[in-house]
Amino acid sequence: MTLLNIIIKMAEGLEKTCAIFFLTLLFAIPLGMIIALLRGSKFKVISAIARAYISVLRGTPLMLQLIAVTYGPYYLFGISISRNKLIPVVIAFTINYAAYFAEIYRSGIDSMPVGQYEAAQVLGYSKIQTFFKIILPQVIRRILPSLTNEIVTLVKDTSMAFTVSYQEMFTIGKQIANSQTSFVPFVVAGVFYYVFNAVVGFVMGRVEKKMSYYKI
Amino acid sequence: MSVLAMSNIQKSFGSNHVLKDITFHVDKGEVVSIIGPSGSGKSTLLRCATFLETIDSGTITYDDKNAAETVNGKAVYAKNLNDFRHIFGLVFQNFNLFPHYSVLKNMMDAPVSVLHRDKNEVREECMALLEKMDLAGKADAYPCELSGGQQQRVSIVRALAMKPEILFFDEPTSALDPELTGEVLKVIKQLADEKMTMVIVTHEMPFARAVSDRVVFMDKGVVVEQGRPEELFGQTQNERTKQFLQNYSNT
Repeated sequence: MTLLNIIIKMAEGLEKTCAIFFLTLLFAIPLGMIIALLRGSKFKVISAIARAYISVLRGTPLMLQLIAVTYGPYYLFGISISRNKLIPVVIAFTINYAAYFAEIYRSGIDSMPVGQYEAAQVLGYSKIQTFFKIILPQVIRRILPSLTNEIVTLVKDTSMAFTVSYQEMFTIGKQIANSQTSFVPFVVAGVFYYVFNAVVGFVMGRVEKKMSYYKI
Repeated sequence: MSVLAMSNIQKSFGSNHVLKDITFHVDKGEVVSIIGPSGSGKSTLLRCATFLETIDSGTITYDDKNAAETVNGKAVYAKNLNDFRHIFGLVFQNFNLFPHYSVLKNMMDAPVSVLHRDKNEVREECMALLEKMDLAGKADAYPCELSGGQQQRVSIVRALAMKPEILFFDEPTSALDPELTGEVLKVIKQLADEKMTMVIVTHEMPFARAVSDRVVFMDKGVVVEQGRPEELFGQTQNERTKQFLQNYSNT
C-alpha cells in the first residue's frame, strides 16, 4: 500500500471523525449549559443530581462510557439499539463533554460581578432577559479560552471511537497499521489531528479576537 | 405629594440590626442627601428603597401605592414589583455599566426591551441626553474606553433614559479620583436645577450642602437628625451630628 493509498483510505474516515466532532459540539454545548443551570438551582435535590452527573461523567473514563453506551443496551436488555454506531458514539461523547462544559460555564457564571445582575434588576429586566442579554454574552467571552481547550481535546478524543470499532479515521488507520505491519498510518493520523486542531485554534482565535472589543 | 415614603423600616443581616425603624419620605422635586459614617445604614436604606434588599418589616410606597407592606409582622411585596421599578433609577458607586454594550446601547436597551418603546424615538431621546451631558461623541464608545467620570455620567444618563420620577445615587463619586468627582457632581447639580427628584447618599459634605433641599444624618441604623442644609451644617444642636461633622472637617 502506497502512502497515497493510506492517506486516501484514512481520509474516507475523516467524514465520520468530523461527524463525531460537530454533532458532539452541537449537543454538548447547550446540554452543558442546562446542567450548569441545574447545578446552580435553588432546589437542593436538582442541584445534587446535576453534581452527581458531573461527578460520575468526569470521574470515569470516556472509553468506558463509549463501551457502556454502545454495548450496554445489549447486555442489559438484549437489544442492540442501532446498526449505525454513530448514534451511541455521539451520545457517549455528548454526555461526557457536557459535564466538562457545565463546569466551564459554572466558573464563568460565578465570575460575573453581582453588580451586573443588580443593574439589570433595577432597570427592570426580567430574569430571562438578564441572563440572555447581560450575563451570557459576557460569560462566553470569559470562558472562550477554556472552551477552546476542551474543543481541542475533543478533536483528539474522537480517536477513542476505535474502542467500539466505529469506522472513523483513527480506527481505519489502526486497521491498516495492523494488516500492513506499518507505522505510517499513525504518522498520517498525527498529521490529520494536528492540522484539524490548527484549524480549530485559528477559528477560535478569530472568535476570541472578535469578542475582545471590550475589556472585562 | 411624596414620590417615595418609607415607614417603620426594619432590616437585619443575621444578628446585625442595620435599619432600626426608619421613616423616610421624598417629595416631588426635592433633593435629599443622606450623610453619615460607614455602617450607618444609609446605603442599605437606598438598597431597600430600590428592592435590591428586602426589608424585614415596614411599608414602602411609591406615588401612594404600596410596593411593600407588613402583614402579621412580615414584609409582603407587591406582585407587580417591576411596575414600581419603572418609577425610580439608581446610580451605583461602581457604575455597573454593561461592558459589552456601547454607551448608546447601554442607554437604549432597557427602554426598548423592558418598556417596549419605539426604537427610533428612544434613540433620538438618548442622543439628546448625551448631547446635553457633553457625551455626544461617546455614543459608540464602550465603557472600557471611558474615564471613571465619564462612565459614571453614562450610568446617570442610562438611568435617565428610563424617565424615572426619582433618581437614587449610592455614593456616586466614591470610586472616582478626586479630579474626576467634579464632572459627576456638576451633572447632579444640573439635574437638581431642573427639579429632578433625587436621593443622594454621599460623603461630599460641601456638595450635599450646596445641592440639597434637605439633609438626613444617619448613624447606627437610625435617622439622628434632618433639616435644611444650612441648619444641619450650620447650627446643629445635636451632639452626635456635631461630632460627625467635626471629624469630617478635620480630615
